Amino acid sequence: MELMSNLALGFSIAFSPFTLMLAVLGCFIGTIVGALPGLGPSNGVAILIPITFTMGLDATAALVLLTAVYYGAMYGGRISSILLNIPGDEPALMTTLDGYPMAKNGRPGQALVISGFASFWGALFATVMLALVAPALSRVAYQFGPAEYFALYLLAFSTLGGIASNNQAKAAFASCVGLGISVIGLDNFSGLPRMTGGNLHLMDGVDFLVAIVGLFAVSEVFFFIEKHGKGGAVGVKLNKFRVPWAEIWSTRWTQLRCGIVGFIAGVLPGAGASLGSFLTYMMEKNIAGEKGGFGTGVARGVAAPEAGNNAAAGGALVPMLTLGVPGSGTTAVLLAVLMTLNITPGPTLFTDRPEVVWGLIASLLIANFVLLAMNVPLVRIFVKVLSVPPAMLLPGVTMVSFVGIYSLTGGYFDLLLMILFGIMGYVFRKMDIPTVPVILGILLGSNMEDALRRAMVLSDGEWTYLFSSPIAVGLWIFAVAGFIAPIYFRNKIRKPQAVTD
Amino acid sequence: MSKSDRIFGVVVVLGALAYIASALQTPTSFMSDPVGPKTFPVLLGAVAGLCGLVMVLRPDEEPDWPDLGAVFALIVSVGVLIGYAYALKPFGFLIPTAIAAAILSYQITPRPVAAVLTGLGLSVGLFILFKYVLGLGLVPVPKGWLG
Repeated sequence: MELMSNLALGFSIAFSPFTLMLAVLGCFIGTIVGALPGLGPSNGVAILIPITFTMGLDATAALVLLTAVYYGAMYGGRISSILLNIPGDEPALMTTLDGYPMAKNGRPGQALVISGFASFWGALFATVMLALVAPALSRVAYQFGPAEYFALYLLAFSTLGGIASNNQAKAAFASCVGLGISVIGLDNFSGLPRMTGGNLHLMDGVDFLVAIVGLFAVSEVFFFIEKHGKGGAVGVKLNKFRVPWAEIWSTRWTQLRCGIVGFIAGVLPGAGASLGSFLTYMMEKNIAGEKGGFGTGVARGVAAPEAGNNAAAGGALVPMLTLGVPGSGTTAVLLAVLMTLNITPGPTLFTDRPEVVWGLIASLLIANFVLLAMNVPLVRIFVKVLSVPPAMLLPGVTMVSFVGIYSLTGGYFDLLLMILFGIMGYVFRKMDIPTVPVILGILLGSNMEDALRRAMVLSDGEWTYLFSSPIAVGLWIFAVAGFIAPIYFRNKIRKPQAVTD
Repeated sequence: MSKSDRIFGVVVVLGALAYIASALQTPTSFMSDPVGPKTFPVLLGAVAGLCGLVMVLRPDEEPDWPDLGAVFALIVSVGVLIGYAYALKPFGFLIPTAIAAAILSYQITPRPVAAVLTGLGLSVGLFILFKYVLGLGLVPVPKGWLG
């Protein structure tokens, strides 16, 4: 049993006291980050990367800490959704639909516990599936040459633009911006500078961490400044409650179905957790029909999106680890973590650095149980976090971002660049231009260009080489379909709006 | 009808053209691969330009732009952040952080006392966290101030 020996290796790393401590710490920080309105998994992990990096943790330890934060934030997101009707992050939006009504009906505690169990199940299922599916997929990925990789990158951008955004042109533009920024610096092939405008600071290119922190964290600060801290909803106080075992048991089929669907949604490139929670909620709503009472605060309506989004969060790790192509904004951030640590994700990761992959998978399994403990019996602690006023939280986020980037690069230039990215993120989000493709472009740009140029070197400049293998052709077809098809579906499927009162 | 998208689209088209023009200036070495360093950026510029045209021709609904007061607050905040970026090295961590955090806090919720306390608290608290818990090498105040 290869899987068992791999898992044994993983657990031998994960059960070291230090790694275990990091996992618990990561879960704790993550749940807080997820619960804070305005901080989600992507910007939460983003501001922590530079700091983790300067702390000098080794690759496995840093990865364990940050993925624990990521999983924790996926759990924590539901707390502000349910109690404040403000999704802590985008995927938690669907949880507000039944979670907040349930809280207003005087059952906030039950909503938190049911969703906590659903999160646990979704994440556990996804982590187990990750351990089963990822090694197999990594073997397929060995068949990939430069032409296939180029098509794969294209697929990632087109599905991200197609499925996850409202306007194809704007999503494609955002991808171009990211890719265009990745071109800045020394050309990998000729070693000559490109697009630097003669600026010495730009010779090494734009650091993706600067872009991520700027686009995700600093732009969030600008949004809060614009709103002058308004929009803070009146929260629902937590009641006294018993764990509603019967109710949790009644949602077992919902959780099972949503775990599976969420995982698949997560594996698809470009889709990620938001699609996972959306699909699962809509599916359960249709299955339950009119009598199901979705939208009025029913247990299944709370369990479905949480199982879905946590399963998708785990599923999104599959393409990220095996192919190096992230499926969502948060996994893009995790890819940035790997790249900062000099780990190249892809099929070779499983053979060259098994301790990283299996240590990570084992820590995720452990993190899940830790998170269940934190989010069910100890949930009261995290509810306290919601009362932190934005006027204190957002300046804190800014300062942490500045110190992180500053200690990484030690100069003002990257700080200015970060502010610039913050302004860009603000304007883009105002104009409904997605910022995730920008990040993905900066992260994957040079790989994508290298793949294209290597393919052309192999074929001696013959463009048809890009479509020469069945895998490549399949990827191209999916890429085109993934970009165009949502235009026709968009009118039919409307995202439900959050309930207002 | 949205003016913002049309204006932005025009800016995108112009930007894309400038990007292509600048990509064409890239120096090439005599030893190069069949694609060369120019093709990829030129391709990107072309796609971006096309997207800009689509934005001009089929604009979305007008976004909800902030009012003048909020714009002013944003400009002040950006200015503070830029100042903070330049001040970190010469003035150390504590003083610039306290000032910048206080101003930002005031911009989010205009309560002067709370803002000042937030600034001071964040400055000292984060310094202790970064310096002593996480072990980052931060300079508290400029050299020479403490003798």
